[in-house]
Amino acid sequence: MTEFLQQLLNGLSLGAIYALIALGYTMVYGVLRFINFAHSDVFMVGSFIGYYVGHHVPENTVWGGLVVLFVAMAGCALLGMIIERLAYRPLRGAATLNVLITAIGVSLLLEYSGQVFFGATPRTFPSVFPSTNFTLGTLVISSNQVVVIAVATLLMVVLELIVFRTKIGTAMRAVSLNPKAAQLVGVNIDVVISFTFGLGSALAAAGGVLYALNYPSIDPLMGVMPGLKAFVAAVLGGIGNIPGAALGGLLLGTVETFVNGSQWSTYKDAIAFAILIIILLFRPAGLLGKASVEKV
Amino acid sequence: MLTVTNLEVCYGAISALRDVSFTIEAGRIVTLIGGNGAGKTTTLRTISGLLRAKRGSITFKGEEITKLPPHQIVARGLCHVPEGRMVFSNLTVDENLAMGAYLQSDKARIAQNREYVFSIFPRLKERLTQAAGTLSGGEQQMLAIGRALMGDPKLLMLDEPSLGIAPKLISTIFEKIVEINRVQGITILLVEQNANLALEVSHDAYVLETGSIVMRGASADLRNNPELKAAYLGG
Repeated sequence: MTEFLQQLLNGLSLGAIYALIALGYTMVYGVLRFINFAHSDVFMVGSFIGYYVGHHVPENTVWGGLVVLFVAMAGCALLGMIIERLAYRPLRGAATLNVLITAIGVSLLLEYSGQVFFGATPRTFPSVFPSTNFTLGTLVISSNQVVVIAVATLLMVVLELIVFRTKIGTAMRAVSLNPKAAQLVGVNIDVVISFTFGLGSALAAAGGVLYALNYPSIDPLMGVMPGLKAFVAAVLGGIGNIPGAALGGLLLGTVETFVNGSQWSTYKDAIAFAILIIILLFRPAGLLGKASVEKV
Repeated sequence: MLTVTNLEVCYGAISALRDVSFTIEAGRIVTLIGGNGAGKTTTLRTISGLLRAKRGSITFKGEEITKLPPHQIVARGLCHVPEGRMVFSNLTVDENLAMGAYLQSDKARIAQNREYVFSIFPRLKERLTQAAGTLSGGEQQMLAIGRALMGDPKLLMLDEPSLGIAPKLISTIFEKIVEINRVQGITILLVEQNANLALEVSHDAYVLETGSIVMRGASADLRNNPELKAAYLGG
């Protein structure tokens, strides 16, 4: 039982990070109907911003950790908006395939620029939040897990409020449902798309910092696997569906952790993806997605 | 109020509008009729900025709007109720109306417009918390018109408001269109395939055929035009 709870806790804290990244994929898909493959590299840049800022704040303090998080989120929000403005906006109205290929290009650009600027050697992420272990009965809870789960939950609540309670959030949902109709009621679609990229990238940056707290070795290619898994999580939950991305992330993180703790740990990724395939066989639109006909 | 001059629009290499010119006087109901593929929807989409004109100009209240993006055109009081209604299906009726007032900041005015929408379409008030996608076709059309009215239009463009709607509701909707024009003084540009109906409610009419205006005149006169009768009015 203890082991089960322990694994569940580990799984949820990994899943919360996947969920944060998955939200960015799903939101961008919602407004633009394409997969932003560069998103996983924005996550990586988030870690690196955290790494540099982390060396300028005192280690092991809550406020230092929050400063690191905040700067990384702000920096990546800006980066996301710049990427959208320079790479994707000129292709508005072009075939989806062209945009997808561009996204892969941006992804490679970020990864290899990362190698130029940060170097290819992995670096050790500073421990910016205080780190201790709490014990609850036989359960061991690390303070980093608490930070991960608390920050992720808080950000998801804030996101929920933005999307469902603010004017720009309603505009986002309107653009996602019908971009033409949204324009006809006066929504400036460029502003909404830019905002969506900013929001998604900020969440990816938070994911990057939180991931680095638990897996403190960071390098310019670190985004590839978590990014792929978060993408899978978004598809699993139903791409374009915000609660779906959160659910998909938590589910994938938990399954992966449980498999990792079992005798089949070598196959953890294979098993995670096999589960994806099986779920999609039965629910092609994802867990919370609605089947829809692609409009031409 | 609206002047369209020598408008030319292409989809890739295919030209959809070749040379369209017409004017709409303030306070009138003007209809644009024509068969499938004549370019009626293209004309409206170009006026509201969803499509770009290759040549020609569009002026609204004396101001050139040809190159403006859609949201700036809406801000000037030119609202477009698109073909197929395009309500936000997952949003509630209430949220759809709120979206209609996206550019309005005067709370009192928004409340006033809301009351007006409910006064002409009481059905919407009963369905406020329902998702727009669950409404019937006629109710969705009411919502689409109501949403456009929330934007405080000076000129309202309606694209096929009778499409896919129960016959009983069509007459209700057309009565309301006439009322909106008469009571609120909102100018209306009505695109319709149902030419009989369109000529009945409008003051002036233009007939569009394969991307060009081929006939124009007072609606009352066109209704008795033998050529038009043979082509669009079923003899």
